[in-house]
Amino acid sequence: MSLNILKNSIRKGNVTIPLDTSGLVCPPEIEKMGRGLKKSIHAKFGRSFHIREVDTGSCGACESEIIACSNPMYDIQRFGIDFVASPRHADALLVTGPVSKNMALALKKTYEAMPEPKFVITMGECASLGGMFKDSYYTCKGVQNIVPVSLHIPGCPPSPSQIITHLLLFIQRF
Amino acid sequence: MGYPKFLEEILNTEKINILEFRQPYLDEMYIKVEEKDFGKLCHLLHKRLNSAVKMFFAEDLRTESKKYTLYCVFLNEQKRSWVIMQQDISSDNPHFSSLAKDIHSASLFEREIREMFGIEPQGNPDLRRLRLHDEVWPQGFYPLRKDFTHPPENSSPNLQYKFNRVEGEGIFEVPVGPVHAGIIGPGHFRFSVAGEPIINLEIRLGWTHRGVEKILEGKTAFEAVKIFECICGDTAFGYSLAFCQSAEKIFCANVPLRSQLLRALYLELERMYNHANDIGGIALDVGFSFPAQFASLIKEAILQLNEKLCGSRYLKGINVVGGVREDIDKTRQELIRQVLPKIKKDFLALEEMLFSSVSFMDRVDSTGILRAKTTRDLGITGLAARSSGIGLDMRKVLPGIYDGLSFKVIKEQAGDVAARLKVRCNEVRESINIIKHCLERLNTSLSAIEQVQCKEGFAIGCVEAWRGPVRVWVRINAQGKIERCKIVGPSFHNWEGLSFAVLGNIIPDFPLCNKSFDLSYPGNDL
Repeated sequence: MSLNILKNSIRKGNVTIPLDTSGLVCPPEIEKMGRGLKKSIHAKFGRSFHIREVDTGSCGACESEIIACSNPMYDIQRFGIDFVASPRHADALLVTGPVSKNMALALKKTYEAMPEPKFVITMGECASLGGMFKDSYYTCKGVQNIVPVSLHIPGCPPSPSQIITHLLLFIQRF
Repeated sequence: MGYPKFLEEILNTEKINILEFRQPYLDEMYIKVEEKDFGKLCHLLHKRLNSAVKMFFAEDLRTESKKYTLYCVFLNEQKRSWVIMQQDISSDNPHFSSLAKDIHSASLFEREIREMFGIEPQGNPDLRRLRLHDEVWPQGFYPLRKDFTHPPENSSPNLQYKFNRVEGEGIFEVPVGPVHAGIIGPGHFRFSVAGEPIINLEIRLGWTHRGVEKILEGKTAFEAVKIFECICGDTAFGYSLAFCQSAEKIFCANVPLRSQLLRALYLELERMYNHANDIGGIALDVGFSFPAQFASLIKEAILQLNEKLCGSRYLKGINVVGGVREDIDKTRQELIRQVLPKIKKDFLALEEMLFSSVSFMDRVDSTGILRAKTTRDLGITGLAARSSGIGLDMRKVLPGIYDGLSFKVIKEQAGDVAARLKVRCNEVRESINIIKHCLERLNTSLSAIEQVQCKEGFAIGCVEAWRGPVRVWVRINAQGKIERCKIVGPSFHNWEGLSFAVLGNIIPDFPLCNKSFDLSYPGNDL
């Protein structure tokens, strides 16, 4: 291994290399939707639309798909959507999970920390009415019981292209 | 029936009265003893079998026998079987003598039994609740009791969780979470720091608790599979498979060979996309973004392959009790054969990029060391244990679907981030071989899903998922409904391992250590 490191340091190694996994191009319909999305965001949100994500008890598949939106294939950032680290920087709150009792306060505080105007988007089966966890002793049966919800993205989990489609339709409504 | 040899030997030297000995399946033996012998025999088994406590849980049987029953599960690695200790506990003032004094790996389980059933583990020094947080859940309401009633609405318990405190000059605390900066699950981390190095890390979890074990009660085995797929999204296939295997054991179902091979294939695909994700995550957490993005595309390629194979990117909706719903026909087999070499090539390029970068290797080498002794004592499982020199892989111990598939158990000694990275890289190579092997054998075997007949009984199911073993114990009653289900994911013990691995490291290296374990919040909180 150390020999490898040495060799690489001397010849300066690969800076970038082409990808071999074929078929991994962004589908044309997403490109098209993305352009529409970019246009609406540009007009209505002053060029960029920032989202803060909060997990209130999801299984993690929704998170995985949100992260996938930012991979080089979908690259949602180029349409003007960015996921930010603080609610203070966010236009919208994206919430997943049925809201476990433990997370209710944290969700409320995150919402309160956002500057106006603000709105909440929910995502995934369990976030809408608690999904299969609606009868649990420990969930608040959905996000709408804690903070007002403007948009729901259905799916278990919704795929990156579904997420992009719903966001586009939503932003066009403004 | 005679007792197995290890038990005979213990009984020769110790005076222990065995009330009941049962072996309902080849790989499960239940030993019931009196209250006074329980702790002693558990301790002896723990030493003799060199096994941590794998599962430890209670069951409310008050309607039938006015008693609770405790089950403590050990693994007999050599004989490839589970050894389950059983003890009855009277229903008034329920308590038992804590095992945690002698066996640390029992400690978390005892806290769980206390909060969920109100059975007091006498002698356990730590009685704080894990999932029912003091701030929102009053004392005295035990969800897993059969006669559980909800606490009154708007009851504010006004209790406070007590963190372990490190005190002294120059020591300060850094609290992080439950809402983190990234797109991940919620957890609270409290670092005690003296200067740069971390001297104590306390992890408070339970934020994503959804009451899964209670939800499962009263469901049929067929309904339960869907819930298992939503316990931990990145291990959807592993969890549902563990449950299916336990149910199939109870129903005495013979899963056709074709289904077994397909299950192995899907499980390895799950392992691959998650390992690719973690390798990218490790790169991202040291700020090495090009390989991180490269890895995210490898993950995307596998997710898209999953979707083409079965219609679900996260392999949901495939497992059923009795087999798999999605057969892989000739054209889709051909698709795997086409895509797999490309994924492999990209993967090797990713490895090359990481392992030949000086600054990257400098960050991961000797960072976040988890020692073998700590690993054993805490009962760390799966990938994290294999990176610290403990080569336990349930795919070898209880092969099941892996019968006849050859692969190597990947093991590293160092226990640092680099070791966990190497284990991941090598496991992906093995996974690719296993998938190829599965495809070769798929051509010759023919059969569909086995139709199953509901039966009553109880059994353990265990699957070596990508993080480590997922263990499920389930009891199904005569009506075909689940009476009690206990789930232990690999993250349950491993979170504690993380809090030991970071000691002496600096806070900026915490994300790196964390990602190298990549533990699940929902899989732990249930």
